[in-house]
Amino acid sequence: MKAKAREDVMNHQEQIIDSWLNQIEAFRKEDGLKNVTDSMFDNTSREFVHKLLTTLQQDAVSDEELNQFVERLIQMGWPLNFITRGLQEFRKASVSVVAANSDVPEDKLEFFQEIENWVDDVVNLLVDQYSGSWENTVFLQKMALKELSAPLIPVFDKISVMPLVGTIDTERAKLIMENLLDGVIEHRSQVVLIDITGVPVVDTMVAHHIIQASEAVRLVGATCILVGIRPEIAQTIVNLGIDLGRFPTKSTLKKGVETALEMTKREITDLDEQEGQA
Amino acid sequence: MQVQTHVDINSEWGIVAARQAGRKLAREIGFGSVDQARITTAISELARNIYLYANQGQIKIEEVADSGKRGMKIIASDEGPGIKDVRRVMEDGFTTSGGLGAGLPGVKRLMDEFIIDSEMDEGTIITAIKWLR
Repeated sequence: MKAKAREDVMNHQEQIIDSWLNQIEAFRKEDGLKNVTDSMFDNTSREFVHKLLTTLQQDAVSDEELNQFVERLIQMGWPLNFITRGLQEFRKASVSVVAANSDVPEDKLEFFQEIENWVDDVVNLLVDQYSGSWENTVFLQKMALKELSAPLIPVFDKISVMPLVGTIDTERAKLIMENLLDGVIEHRSQVVLIDITGVPVVDTMVAHHIIQASEAVRLVGATCILVGIRPEIAQTIVNLGIDLGRFPTKSTLKKGVETALEMTKREITDLDEQEGQA
Repeated sequence: MQVQTHVDINSEWGIVAARQAGRKLAREIGFGSVDQARITTAISELARNIYLYANQGQIKIEEVADSGKRGMKIIASDEGPGIKDVRRVMEDGFTTSGGLGAGLPGVKRLMDEFIIDSEMDEGTIITAIKWLR
């Protein structure tokens, strides 16, 4: 920004700050920042406008201090439109204040262009920073979700459990199938229990994926038992007319484990009882 | 008092959003857990059909009242290719996508009222109602 324009802003900074604070207060009332305390909002707004003025003074858009301030706003969860709106109001305030104090039309126009360019640069920078942090969060959550997605846990020799929690979409269904088959071979499982206690809705697609997965498991020589079918899920499955008759189902994981042990010709007994019999 | 919710379906997450909105409204109206599961499954089924066959569309859910009865209405609409033979899609086991073919007949059994209105190349509107007993 040219020195002249910067000087103009600096000369009238008191007026600009006042007018800006008024505008941003009005913005607060119409937006979702009502649960922020008055002093908190006041402090943040003041800090924001001062950061803007110092940045403007230093004539460097990629100012460290402003970046850090925005970083803090992001972490505290302030909405992005507080920042964009704040910058718009800053432009309006400075243009109207400087225009009111200047008599030369050419100067006004030049100043308007200068401030316009500067504000646009800052907005671009800050929006980039905001969306970058969102993208990062989404990416991390996606990875975290994928890690939780479909683990196959060996619980006993030859018996594994796959607990499913949450919505099953196409991508997850693929993962379930892969992990199931890889795990069955790796752990030499004979019986796999698929636990759907944590699956909120079993519609035809979810059922289809489960049927396909268990069919594939059957092909590699193991048996699938579907466990954790809640009563309401059982009713919807019947209503939908889905045929789960081809593989065993149990109401709870506990019963499933008992059946699995039976199928591998083992059982869990109390040590006391054995001693008593002996 | 009419509660109406619109959910746009254009990705698999839209299906989840529609389902959650449906479950919330069903709970508010006072449906039991079994009926809540029925309604959410029906919404899931209809939303998935939209995503699968029409790529995008809308799920509208609202509370309805008729001669002292209260209930919940689901309207699934899209501007997709339409259904060629409505009678056949209502047969169990008929599928064009390699699925189970239980979706639409299943929704009909899950809900109390079911109307399907489809025009080739124009789109499909499915309306389903579940009454509170």
